[in-house]
Amino acid sequence: MSTHIGFDFTPPDVPGKVTGEIKYAEDYRREGMVFARLLTSPLPSGRVVGIDASEALRMDGVLGIFTADDLPPVAPPGNPALASEYVTYVGQPILAVAAISEEIAESAIEKIRIDFERRPFVVDPIESLSPGGANAYPEGNVLVRTEEEGPEGAPIRGAEIRDVKWPRSAIDALKSGKEPVGGEFTTEWAFGDVDAGFAEAAAIVEEPFVTIGYPHHSLESRTCMAYWENGKCFFHGSSQSQSANDNGLARMLNIDPADLVFINEATGGGFGSKIGPYPFMAISGNFAKVLNRPLQLRITREQEFYIGSARSGMQGWIKMGVKADGKVSAVDLVIVNDGGMTGGGSHNSSAQHVTVAYQPENMRFRGITVYTNTTPRGAQRGPGQNEMAAVLAPIADKAAKAIGMDRVAFRRVNAIDSDGFQGGSQAPVTSAFVREALDQGMRTFGWNEKQALAKQNGSKVRGLGVGIGFHGAGGRGYDGLVRIGTDGKLYIHSGVGNLGTYSYAGTCRAAAEALQMPWDRCEILRGRTDNNLPHSSGQGGSNTIFTHTRTNWVAAQDAITKLKEIAAQDLGGNANDYEIGDERVFASADPSKGLSYAQAAARAIELGGKYSGQEYPDDINPITQRSVQALAGSGLIGVAKDNIPGQGTPPGILVGFCEIELDKDTGKVEILDYTAVADCGTVVHPKNFDNAMRGGAVWGFGMAGLERHVYDPQNGLPANTGIYQSKPPTYLDVNVNTKMGAVNIPDPQNPTGGRGIGEPTQGAAAAAYASAISDALDGHLFNTAPTTTDMIINHLAGNDYSTKSLKTNTF
Amino acid sequence: MPSYDVMPNMELYQPVRVEDALDIASRYADRGWLVGGGQDTYGWLKDRAKSADALIDLSAIDELRGVRETAEGIEIGALTTLTEIAESALLKQSYSVLSDAAAVVASPQIRNIGTLGGNVSQDVRCWYYRRGLSCYRAGGNLCYADTPQGMNREHSLFETSRCVAAGASDTAPALVALDATMVLRSVDGERTLSAEEYFVGPAVDIENTTALRDGEILTAVRLPKAWANAEFYFEKVADRNVWDFSLVNVAAAFKVSGGNISESRVVCGAVQATPRRLTAIENAIQGKAKGAVTAQSVAGMASEGARALAHNGFKIPLMENLVKRAISA
Repeated sequence: MSTHIGFDFTPPDVPGKVTGEIKYAEDYRREGMVFARLLTSPLPSGRVVGIDASEALRMDGVLGIFTADDLPPVAPPGNPALASEYVTYVGQPILAVAAISEEIAESAIEKIRIDFERRPFVVDPIESLSPGGANAYPEGNVLVRTEEEGPEGAPIRGAEIRDVKWPRSAIDALKSGKEPVGGEFTTEWAFGDVDAGFAEAAAIVEEPFVTIGYPHHSLESRTCMAYWENGKCFFHGSSQSQSANDNGLARMLNIDPADLVFINEATGGGFGSKIGPYPFMAISGNFAKVLNRPLQLRITREQEFYIGSARSGMQGWIKMGVKADGKVSAVDLVIVNDGGMTGGGSHNSSAQHVTVAYQPENMRFRGITVYTNTTPRGAQRGPGQNEMAAVLAPIADKAAKAIGMDRVAFRRVNAIDSDGFQGGSQAPVTSAFVREALDQGMRTFGWNEKQALAKQNGSKVRGLGVGIGFHGAGGRGYDGLVRIGTDGKLYIHSGVGNLGTYSYAGTCRAAAEALQMPWDRCEILRGRTDNNLPHSSGQGGSNTIFTHTRTNWVAAQDAITKLKEIAAQDLGGNANDYEIGDERVFASADPSKGLSYAQAAARAIELGGKYSGQEYPDDINPITQRSVQALAGSGLIGVAKDNIPGQGTPPGILVGFCEIELDKDTGKVEILDYTAVADCGTVVHPKNFDNAMRGGAVWGFGMAGLERHVYDPQNGLPANTGIYQSKPPTYLDVNVNTKMGAVNIPDPQNPTGGRGIGEPTQGAAAAAYASAISDALDGHLFNTAPTTTDMIINHLAGNDYSTKSLKTNTF
Repeated sequence: MPSYDVMPNMELYQPVRVEDALDIASRYADRGWLVGGGQDTYGWLKDRAKSADALIDLSAIDELRGVRETAEGIEIGALTTLTEIAESALLKQSYSVLSDAAAVVASPQIRNIGTLGGNVSQDVRCWYYRRGLSCYRAGGNLCYADTPQGMNREHSLFETSRCVAAGASDTAPALVALDATMVLRSVDGERTLSAEEYFVGPAVDIENTTALRDGEILTAVRLPKAWANAEFYFEKVADRNVWDFSLVNVAAAFKVSGGNISESRVVCGAVQATPRRLTAIENAIQGKAKGAVTAQSVAGMASEGARALAHNGFKIPLMENLVKRAISA
């Protein structure tokens, strides 16, 4: 019987967050610490001709400047920590100044003169693809894969930036909502016979769509503080992940990973922008080394917008065919991604969303990512999937309406199950129970009952919506590491980061569960490399619950095996004659015959070898190996790589139901009800599940209705460099009473039954909200995410609105 | 863009008497910066988009706080917080258009520290101007927003003169609707202006949004008895319910006799740099029944003369709808 999985508990860092005692990277001080600030580009595109820092360097308290010359070169489209010759977006860091105080460092920034040569720039991908359109890089606007024949016929694969232009006819077609025939793509796949699928369709819908590049705006703008002692770098950084940073950050600092102590106890949000080491980290660590002083580099809120990255926007076209029975027979999908200056397009994930949400019988996808002179793009909560969910839901509603089918029934007909597939390769999933989720959600929300309610209430109209969110939610092959101390406590070493989701703690419950340990006898070690942490996944992609309940489970199983072997050695019989319980290993036939965990740990130390970490499995990662080596002789060590057999993507899927009232006088939308049901296997930590569901829903409403990403096409300046300008929803913008549930059917490929759910929580809410707006307006399709107040007012007034030409980054 | 967020070096004065504040303000003139709650101060200064030699912090001057009954009506100290105004029993009872407006300014946190004086004296909202670009209002010779490609969704429909930035205050239209009097003091004495005179557009003074002169301090706002207990309406439409500026707001006061409007003041905010009083509508509805029929008949007049920019055309129907709702309510 489960004692930990599925039960609430308080993660150990929560009290510190409530009291303010927990420390973020910016809170750390070190004797002699100095402060650095960045000088960032005023131009969207240009060449640095000269830097004159002489006046700044003469100031009292200024210690030095740090430029791209102090770092290894980075070739485009890599995202350099500091720009060298070319700047490619407003806000790109050019240099850092260090001083004895932040005030002096900022004053010094004001004294530095940089000569630039201006270059053409572009902030809209379609404009760049147009004949004569500007390119974001001197070399071109698209990263194209290359393949040459190498020695002995072996292909040499690479990539290079090229200038890609579409014929005017293709541009005009896309802008008018038609297939951009003749356009060049970098990603293409298909399955089945798309033409045949459309031929057997009873109805076909064909729509353009556009989404913006949502900035991350993590509440904790990233700060790094580094100092060096005896060849080791101690690095305080804001990151979603922990041990996943080790190798990359060590490379940035040009040291062996064994000489890095990365410290990251708490993180104020990342949302995908802080999964691994980011370029900016290279400045802090290397500048500290040059100055031989502890150095803190804190950035401004505005700079967090510049270098914290954003979701990639989409400009696209979709054609969907549905049969009379509701089955989606064919989908043809085209997506142009806005890659910003780094090219983080996620169009393939958008196409993947379509496959999971509607399981089309035949599908073709074509995509291309175009660089623009805008902020770097990167992963953001359900990258590709969630924005696709937001624009796709009303289009799917239109398809359902075309065949006279209820919108939930339409989704039910097309729902993925455990035999379903995801992506262009039609790869398997570990399990899926979306029909069950739809049924449960319909009942809880009262979908049928709400259909009967009056639609009009004065100037307000009611709208009902339904949406599906999806993200692949789990990985395999990472390591788990636990230790039973001579005090009998269970020490669970976690290399998972703490981005605020508390899944680092939830996953540790798997070890406690396996070893049947009371939670107050467990201690989690995490947050700094010298806590001896295992190789863990990056804390992103909704993967932690699946990935690290498994690693902690296998480490605990290793510990159990060793407990039983030690008991057998000391008390006779063989290991199979023993079992565990009540913090003891004991003989099944005679429970009085056994060892306490504390006694077994002491014996493990005496026995040495694999029992206390002097020996360890060959297949564990070098990061884990170092940690086991450091722990050797300190207790009974359980360590293992996750080799649990199985195949397929563990899907995190959510269905959302939304009821709104839209005021036709003001364009304002009020959320009356939101109900969501997750298909995420067993819910590991109910309270945390609930938090994730609500937080994701709030952001989803922002994605579909409020958030903005605005660049002036005249001068390449971003308008939303602060949180209030970007308009993420606040708690006063959403309904407080929401209903969150889960089908709670265990995933067969996880011993604890869990799968992740973090990302789809946003996509389902965005989709349901967009679906409800369309419903309120009698099926009108805006085909935008977000659909903002002004668009709704303009539509109702019969005016044009700004996104009809698929122009992006302007709303 | 270069980006900053620590305070630049400057003198700081924290007087506790109005007279001392006036002396300091007089001494520094245009190089002194008056600060109440600071909500429209620290951004400008930390961003280095504006600078001053001295910060004159008025927040310790107790006599500038509070809501008081006077023989002529009510006097509100300029440093009274927006939360205090929103929660004032006196105002809620007799001048609810102002307490309703104060209640929807920004966010609860900002209302707790933001003051009435600061809210009505804040600078216009234009992201180009606030980024420190050298536009007309900043002393330059161009407008970045008033172009075919300018991102001007939040900008003005009316009374643009080189600058198209819109005013952002929610309480300012309410004060105009109430025919409030602004009390300004300097070392030379006190003068008063009507709220309509206090707010100035770019055609009058492109670098300032109020008639406040260097060395002057807005010390109080007086609400006349003439408009006490009238029928009021205030509504703000912003993208978000909180921590957002009005796309358009409306403040209206009606004196109604026998169901008919005998006198009214109808004012829209965020459609030009200053609160826009809709006198044509006031004239058109005089003597007519307050209600939906009258509202419907005049709503279109609200936007007469509007010149939409590339992205703010939605403000025209929004403005008409809000005026209609004000008269209908």
